[in-house]
Amino acid sequence: MRLPVPYCAVLLAAGLLRAVAASAGVLPEDRADAMYHRYDGGDVTVDGPSILVRKKFGEQVSVSANYYVDMVTSASIDVKWLSGASEYKEERAQTSFSADYLRGKSTYSISLINSKESDYVANTASFGISEDMFGDLTTVSLGFSRAKDEVYKNVSINGVKQHDPVYGKRRVDHRSYRLGISQVLTKHLIVGLNYEAQTHQGELGNPYRAIRSLSLAGNQALIAPEIYPNTRTTNAVAIDARYYLPYRAALKGSYRFFADTWGVAAHTAEIGYTHPWRAAWIFEGSYRHHRQSAADFYSDLFPRPNFQNFMARDRNLATMQDHSLHAGVSYELEKPWPWLEKGSVNLFIDRIQFRFADFRDATRSQSDPTLLGREPLHRESALVARFFVSVWF
Amino acid sequence: MPRALTFSVIAICLAGCADIEPWVKPYERAALADPIMASTRDAIAAEYLHHVHEVREGARGAVGSAGGGCGCN
Repeated sequence: MRLPVPYCAVLLAAGLLRAVAASAGVLPEDRADAMYHRYDGGDVTVDGPSILVRKKFGEQVSVSANYYVDMVTSASIDVKWLSGASEYKEERAQTSFSADYLRGKSTYSISLINSKESDYVANTASFGISEDMFGDLTTVSLGFSRAKDEVYKNVSINGVKQHDPVYGKRRVDHRSYRLGISQVLTKHLIVGLNYEAQTHQGELGNPYRAIRSLSLAGNQALIAPEIYPNTRTTNAVAIDARYYLPYRAALKGSYRFFADTWGVAAHTAEIGYTHPWRAAWIFEGSYRHHRQSAADFYSDLFPRPNFQNFMARDRNLATMQDHSLHAGVSYELEKPWPWLEKGSVNLFIDRIQFRFADFRDATRSQSDPTLLGREPLHRESALVARFFVSVWF
Repeated sequence: MPRALTFSVIAICLAGCADIEPWVKPYERAALADPIMASTRDAIAAEYLHHVHEVREGARGAVGSAGGGCGCN
């Protein structure tokens, strides 16, 4: 099999870098977390639990397991304008296992993830290696993931929800190649550089979404299924820095540039501050900004039917930006019980505002056709909450 | 000839790397080892927010850190 060039390059780098490595690394601590998460925005509510347990076996092996559930009520706006305000409920359950093996200064990791919902099944396998080197000032990480998805379309036939036999079962193949370097620069400063390339092949559209185009008379919107390319390649490169301030607090910043073969280019920047207070409290806050250009084949309203070979009206592919404010508080307890090393109770709240430059609220022209193409640009905000309890044992 | 030159440069670089003296000594890494300096203090919470961003935005990938990097233990 001929490997893509970037993957060959990282394999080469891995071989070279491992040749100069010496010994010793650190496995993650034994820990269990139980979280309730909730996303509430744009008429969509997604909530559910997540349980994560990590345990070491000896000095070289650490394993972890995670069970995660998304319970979704209501469809997003780019689907709902087609189906109206009909009742919508969906559930996604994800199970994952991972194992880390420490040998000298190298850590080898594998993980398996299974995600299931009524019309989408995804299975992912990942492999990674990270290596400490140059007096443990540098950590180099390489990773590869492969995912295979099965896509179905749910329909109601005689009142029974089932897979659409006409749509059938469609497949998607995802591959991810990752390279990361983390570098200690001073006694108080760490910087990181990460690169990730992803390839996606198969059914990349959403069977429930549709495009709209102007009729030849120009006075009404015609609805048609989206048509997506079968392939997508994405590239993302990110830098981040963490700085320990003269008093006990940390300042963090990151920037990511993203570009793909669909014409989407995105910039994401974040700055954060973490401040412990007394022995037990940790407060944190951050601001994140994301902006992106639209995909080449995205349009809110195409000028005419069959305007081009690929056509989409996915708001994630629109010209948009979002602003996020994050606040978090953690309360830590030392030895809450004799058999526990430490415990913590945590609450994180994020407020996200989405603003679209070329995605309009199509429901407005459904009630007033004179607004067609001039509907208000869509905006929405979301409240994201994470409440979790952690114990170290 | 270009290939020989490339290998020579790599060999010289690696030879140089082998002799690098850590400019931040292990006993000077207390601040870097503080949990507040971790790229993500709580994996369960960080993974969830990454998921939210991937679902609501058109960009993905290269999030998270390459690893601890401080070799504090």
